[in-house]
Amino acid sequence: MGSSRIAQALRSPVGVVASVGLLAVIVLAIAAPLIWSGDASRIDILHASQGSSSAHWLGTDALGRDILYRVLVATRLSVVLAVLAAAIGAAIGIPIGAVPALFGGRVGRLVTGLINLAVAFPALLVAIFVASIIGVGAHGAVVGIAVAIAPYFARLSQTLSSSVAGSEYLAAARMIGVRRFRLLTRHVLPNIAEPLLITSTISIGDALLSLAGLSFLGLGVQPPRYDWGRMLNEGLNRIYVNPEVALGPAVAITIGALTFALFGEVLAKAAGAGGARRWLRGELPASTVAAGACDGDDVLAVEDLTISFPGGAVPVRSVSLRVAPGEIVGIVGESGSGKTLTAMAVADLLPAAAHVSAAKLCLFGSDPRALSASQRRRLLGRSLAVVYQDPMSALNPALRVGRQVGEVSEVHHGISKRAARDRAVERLRSVRIGSADARARQFPHEFSGGMRQRAVIAMGLMAEPKLIVADEPTTALDVTVQQQILRLLRDVTVSRSSAAILISHDVAVVSQLCVRVVVMYAGRVVEELDVDTLVAGPAHPYTVALVASVPTMESKREQPLASIPGRAPTPYDDIPGCPFAPRCPRASERCRAEMPPLEQHSPTHRAACWHPVNVLEKAAV
Amino acid sequence: MTALEARSVTVGFGRGRRRLVAVDCVDVALPEASTLGIVGESGSGKSTLARALVGLVPLASGDVLLDGEQLRTARDGRVLDPRRRVQMIFQDPFASLNPRMSVGEAIREALTVRGGSGRGTRAAEVARYLDLVHLDPEVAQRMPSRLSGGQRQRVAIARALAARPEVLIADEITSSLDVSVQSAVLNLMRELRRELGISMIFVSHNLATVRYLSDEIAVMYLGRVVEVGPAECVVSAPQHPYTRALLYAVPSFGGSVLADVELGEPPDPHDPPAGCPFHPCCPVGPHARPERTACIECDPRDGADQRPHRAFCHFATAVADQRAEETAHAARDR
Repeated sequence: MGSSRIAQALRSPVGVVASVGLLAVIVLAIAAPLIWSGDASRIDILHASQGSSSAHWLGTDALGRDILYRVLVATRLSVVLAVLAAAIGAAIGIPIGAVPALFGGRVGRLVTGLINLAVAFPALLVAIFVASIIGVGAHGAVVGIAVAIAPYFARLSQTLSSSVAGSEYLAAARMIGVRRFRLLTRHVLPNIAEPLLITSTISIGDALLSLAGLSFLGLGVQPPRYDWGRMLNEGLNRIYVNPEVALGPAVAITIGALTFALFGEVLAKAAGAGGARRWLRGELPASTVAAGACDGDDVLAVEDLTISFPGGAVPVRSVSLRVAPGEIVGIVGESGSGKTLTAMAVADLLPAAAHVSAAKLCLFGSDPRALSASQRRRLLGRSLAVVYQDPMSALNPALRVGRQVGEVSEVHHGISKRAARDRAVERLRSVRIGSADARARQFPHEFSGGMRQRAVIAMGLMAEPKLIVADEPTTALDVTVQQQILRLLRDVTVSRSSAAILISHDVAVVSQLCVRVVVMYAGRVVEELDVDTLVAGPAHPYTVALVASVPTMESKREQPLASIPGRAPTPYDDIPGCPFAPRCPRASERCRAEMPPLEQHSPTHRAACWHPVNVLEKAAV
Repeated sequence: MTALEARSVTVGFGRGRRRLVAVDCVDVALPEASTLGIVGESGSGKSTLARALVGLVPLASGDVLLDGEQLRTARDGRVLDPRRRVQMIFQDPFASLNPRMSVGEAIREALTVRGGSGRGTRAAEVARYLDLVHLDPEVAQRMPSRLSGGQRQRVAIARALAARPEVLIADEITSSLDVSVQSAVLNLMRELRRELGISMIFVSHNLATVRYLSDEIAVMYLGRVVEVGPAECVVSAPQHPYTRALLYAVPSFGGSVLADVELGEPPDPHDPPAGCPFHPCCPVGPHARPERTACIECDPRDGADQRPHRAFCHFATAVADQRAEETAHAARDR
């Protein structure tokens, strides 16, 4: 966990209480015996066994010693023993728990079984048992508690290390030939240290409580030494006469145990609070509705779309996009180019923290932002279908496929469950799922990857969509299945004369299916062109490099592939000029200073570049 | 001279009815200073084979030979190579680097295990390996979380090289990278092969990438190598119908999606079909031509040694003929 996250957690109310408490306990443990040990051990028979008074706030014990001083001085022994017990318990338990991850096979199974067995025993019984064997006294109590809590550490470390055991970095280290001890100390432990540390802190509190319990039973600290448990034991005899005598050590035990437990919780909270927080902090401005009349017969018309997140990220910057009825438009770009966010903004599927502004946003002739929530839902539900990259996550694993596909009609067209199912079967058949009737009764996990994607497409078709948004629909699929799904998408759009947006990182895939291609880089549209121009030679250097860097069946094996040096800017970077300039071989001063506008090269070709690749160069390439 | 050879390597998982034979009696040989491409789809066993060759997955049976010398196996069936002469680079550079270890430490670890160099020279060695993969020496101080995907993959390559392997296995090393970074990593692999003379096995689902880097190509389907041969020959004259399906499936830039081979649903790997496991999906098999009963009845592995490209197909030469026929057709149509 980062130090900033800990600092943030400590500033919360619980964090302040816990850290002040912990600091107090530590200071007391160090200072109290130095200052008050004289007062705590001064015997005063004349004032023995007294209740609280102005001289002795918590009264005196059987030898007339002041109980308040004794409680304060006992802090050191109580806390030190508790820390010791927790530390020994962790030192025994954690390595044992890591054994299955390092050895595997029979040894691993044996150790796992033993841990399960040990966890089943009641901890306090084990502690009492071990403490009595080793011998009454502080040593026995500490070892007893250490042995009792070790199985819990072992179990935790086993669970945590098993996730590391499956990691590729452990496999890589094994392959290099790193020895087991080093695997444990350098690869397994550092990656599970965080939760273990938290548990250790919490378990100090537990150990404090258990030690007090053992001392109370007379198995722990023996006179003349004393800890809180011992004092509680001594005070209990007088609980009906002077309850404050027992109350002092009791309160100390409670506060001590609570402090460690609370501090552990604070650490856990700091560890659990991950990056998402940054998005939510700050003000959440609502979407800006700008005036823009929706006319024309475009299925989708977006102008100057900008998406920003609180915290300064602007992943999409003044994007304009137009989709005519029946047209298949491709959006190409690498990860972080804003291609998915652009489409999700259209489908009203952005996270709540996103701020969308656009000069014009028209979907099927109306501005979804001007509609009420229910109107918007109806418009999107009936006319828009979304196909995602991972079909498994788009399907509910607990629902039969037929029911799931039919649900769209039930909700948006209000037809009966039975009619919806029949329609679902018919749609499944239309996406070429064999024996659709039987398949509709199956669950998503019984489908192959390709069939799942077909089912998702069938789901989208239930509502006769006018626009299909397919976001990397074939990336998670095998190459042979990829072609089938692409063909299906094309057939579906043609037969229903619906439009489609195909989002992909693969220029080749897009070029096969689309008529028009939009190339995005760092949140901006850098080029927009028809497929023929894309194949003949694009004008923007980024598009040129993107096309050239993909190996094809015709690439010359003797020559290196074209590559793009450097890395793309992040959504946080505010670049005044062309975002591609730092990686561009043609970049000039102007490119770095001034953002080039999308300039018309031909009726179907626009590019945002000050130095576009011209026709003669294309021929040379 | 062969650098690495797998003889009848079989890898299985689970027992009884859940038994899955991921790699089924595979023979492949990697000649010295050359590159063998292994291509196949998910579930074809290509990654399992790669993992078995470096000793991460136990063999059920079979032998692995390094420099013509048979490697011992541990009691559980893992291949043992005390000198770690075979190294692998993993697909996902976000998972294959320890997040709590700086780049320098990760590379140093590989150097230490190999031994032989003093503490002082190690820093220089780390810098040298970083330089080899075109990274700045100051990257050594950074944690993996501060690097981009492409940089991480370079670090993973440097770490594998630091163990001074004779054979490098690259398992889908570009598929989790962005397009613009992929080509740089592929170029790097080419360069390393030329400069260091390392033999490589390049595993990928992408036939175009495999073809670009490999001297030989082995095509895997359902745990078997169904065709193997020189890269250009496999690509230009595929013998197995599955290889042809893969070839058709490579999206061609500006081409159409009309190239039509419907393979149907892949078979259940727990219960592979009898005879040729590809027959239920085969476009030239018994479904298209009922007279080809051999596909259902006989195992095409018999007699494969006599066929071109050692193809596991009863009608391998016929496939080649048919392709010639098709090309002639296409030419006439034009």
